[in-house]
Amino acid sequence: MENFTPISALAGGTMLGLATALLLWSNGRVAGISGIFSGLFVHGRSDWAWRAVFLIGLVIGGLIHQSMLPPEVTLDIDVVKPDVALLVVSGLLVGVGVTLGAGCTSGHGICGLSRFSPRSIVATILFMITAMLTVFIVAL
Amino acid sequence: MKIFTALFSGILFGLGLSVAQMTDPLKVLSFLDITGNWDPSLALVMASALLINIPASMYILRQSKPVYGHKFHIPVYKLIDLKLVAGSVLFGIGWGLSGYCPGPIVTNIGAGSETVFWMFGSYAVGTILVVKLTDLLPRWRLARSIEGTV
Repeated sequence: MENFTPISALAGGTMLGLATALLLWSNGRVAGISGIFSGLFVHGRSDWAWRAVFLIGLVIGGLIHQSMLPPEVTLDIDVVKPDVALLVVSGLLVGVGVTLGAGCTSGHGICGLSRFSPRSIVATILFMITAMLTVFIVAL
Repeated sequence: MKIFTALFSGILFGLGLSVAQMTDPLKVLSFLDITGNWDPSLALVMASALLINIPASMYILRQSKPVYGHKFHIPVYKLIDLKLVAGSVLFGIGWGLSGYCPGPIVTNIGAGSETVFWMFGSYAVGTILVVKLTDLLPRWRLARSIEGTV
């Protein structure tokens, strides 16, 4: 557990909680990234503007963080050896899975659990267990 | 005003994911690797987010409406169906393969790396496939129309 980073985890988690509460309080919307994204493609919806702006905000947040880092620190956002086939399979499974299951780590894991939604509790337990099992099997 | 609050919330969310290092797939994978060199950091990320959001949601949802809107858009679909179960299992497998879930996929776009290019592209294709499939199936469309999407 030498890679445990409690301070940055608590600071980041607090910001996620505040961002989620703000969106619900001001706009009455659930801050589930997969739902905000998939809503852009649903035919006949006219509420694309706030969705697009929120997603652009995510990118800006990432860039702000990057710009605050000292120049010698390089960002670890890549898997060790980018394997295109693995990334494509993973991305397709994530896209299909979260859209079918109507939520991801944020929508079910933060927003849904906060409301004690039974659907979100089931979804969160399932994707946590299968993700851990997948990591275990890949490591074999 | 709604647009500004959505933008500010998005920026804070992206910053939160970055500070928590959830944008680093290796950090995420080491959290999921419970039998290996386990890193519990992301459990703390979720716990602290919930610690704020549980009381906040309780308070906010007691109000009659949001500050800049006429109603709360909260999923009312209650059924624990095969779609929810299968979707969550598929998502878990995909997440475990790369360490990337939707928030970090979008947040990392600004870094413009090859990994993010492939992850975002395939994530978008997977999403659009299911949205279009849902349009074809009356029962799925009904579930979505009663705001079953989170």
